[in-house]
Amino acid sequence: MSAEIREREALFSSKNIKLLKNPLNLSNPITVQVLGICSALAVTAKLEPAIVMAISVTLVTAVANVVISVLRNGIPPRIRIIVQLVVVATLVIVVDQILKAFVYDVSKQLSVFVGLIITNCIIMGRLEAFAMANKPWPSFLDGIGNGLGYGLILIVIAFFRELLGSGSIYGFNLIPEQFYELGYKNNGLMILPPMALIVVGVIIWVQRYYTRDLIEKN
Amino acid sequence: MYSNGYIFRYAAIMVIIAAALLSTAAMLLKPFQERNVAIDKMGGILASAHIPDVTASNSIKLFNEFVTEEIVLDQNGEVVESYTEANKENAKAFSLDMKVELYKKSQGKPFELPLYVINKNGQSLYVIPVRGVGLWGPIWGNIALSSDLNTIVGVTFDHKGETPGLGAEISTAAFEDQFIGKTIFDNQGQFTSIMVVKGGIGKLPENERIHGVDAISGGTITSNGVNDMLKDVLETYLPYLQKHR
Repeated sequence: MSAEIREREALFSSKNIKLLKNPLNLSNPITVQVLGICSALAVTAKLEPAIVMAISVTLVTAVANVVISVLRNGIPPRIRIIVQLVVVATLVIVVDQILKAFVYDVSKQLSVFVGLIITNCIIMGRLEAFAMANKPWPSFLDGIGNGLGYGLILIVIAFFRELLGSGSIYGFNLIPEQFYELGYKNNGLMILPPMALIVVGVIIWVQRYYTRDLIEKN
Repeated sequence: MYSNGYIFRYAAIMVIIAAALLSTAAMLLKPFQERNVAIDKMGGILASAHIPDVTASNSIKLFNEFVTEEIVLDQNGEVVESYTEANKENAKAFSLDMKVELYKKSQGKPFELPLYVINKNGQSLYVIPVRGVGLWGPIWGNIALSSDLNTIVGVTFDHKGETPGLGAEISTAAFEDQFIGKTIFDNQGQFTSIMVVKGGIGKLPENERIHGVDAISGGTITSNGVNDMLKDVLETYLPYLQKHR
């Protein structure tokens, strides 16, 4: 009885909250660990695919973390990467099939990107670094936290790229017609992947300005 | 330490569970997915003819309402089957897959082509489905011709995975609306198709501008894909079009 109560109190202990919060800033997968850059460049030309990608990655990371964490004591170390890949690939295919069956329009826009979740380093990284050594509940929080940390940066990048590159936000045109008549032009460079990298660089700069802990000491 | 036997058993059981899970998901979701694909196909056909307010939920109803005839053509442009009954989604023309038929054509085998006749405000429109390749994967769409089988009333394009903001712009109204009013035959009755011109139709001689549209900057390969798709598919329909003009 007492053990059960203790466990319940621990559900959102400060340690667990940290698992959820740290990836948003101090150990952000993109800006601090520099993982998942590839997909951050590929899907951020528009806001909508970036948001759906963020949700899908968060779901897959969280569920894969839980599954691997439950299995962690039985997984033979020599084939652990294969086991992790099978779990991630299975989840991604299921997500893709569900999108196709129930939100066909979104899935049509995203089909390539959803498949690319399998190759996202963040998911494998969290499985290997966290879920293999921790209990299911902390692993779940860690998965959600990292997915959100990834998604947050994705959405910020996509916001600026869509605004400056296409003159719209979430598909709605924001720049008034008169601006274009006066000679304003959308910046085509913003749509290309290299500008995403530069936006990531600017985000890292701003983040380090406000979070001095991240600056190397030497 | 784990024995080799344990590792093999573990891997085998894991793979079987994953396979069972995936095939169950695929089987359960297949009817929904096929329905979505069919609805999407109907939506595209209707949208090319500018039928207003087409959504996923009313596509089937509107398709039955506006499509009056579904024709199957053979490679010589002869009408093989003409379907005019209710439940238009059961017609043979609707079940034909352009990918398969165009492949048969490239192999030199006999093939069949679908053609949809839409009655909009008493006017007959002829919708031709098209399919080709873009930069990353297939692109496809529908072209609605007016009853002279020459003037384009509207088009829709779609794609599997073209670059967002670049090649993917072929499915936006800004690109598609350029096709309205263009013609696929010149004054002498020669087939010209529609050219997708890099740098804009201003580059074309004055008398050819009616057969051209602007390409998408940054989406050259997708634009060329659209150009080739229109030429190839319309050429395939040419025997029928010339006979009935």
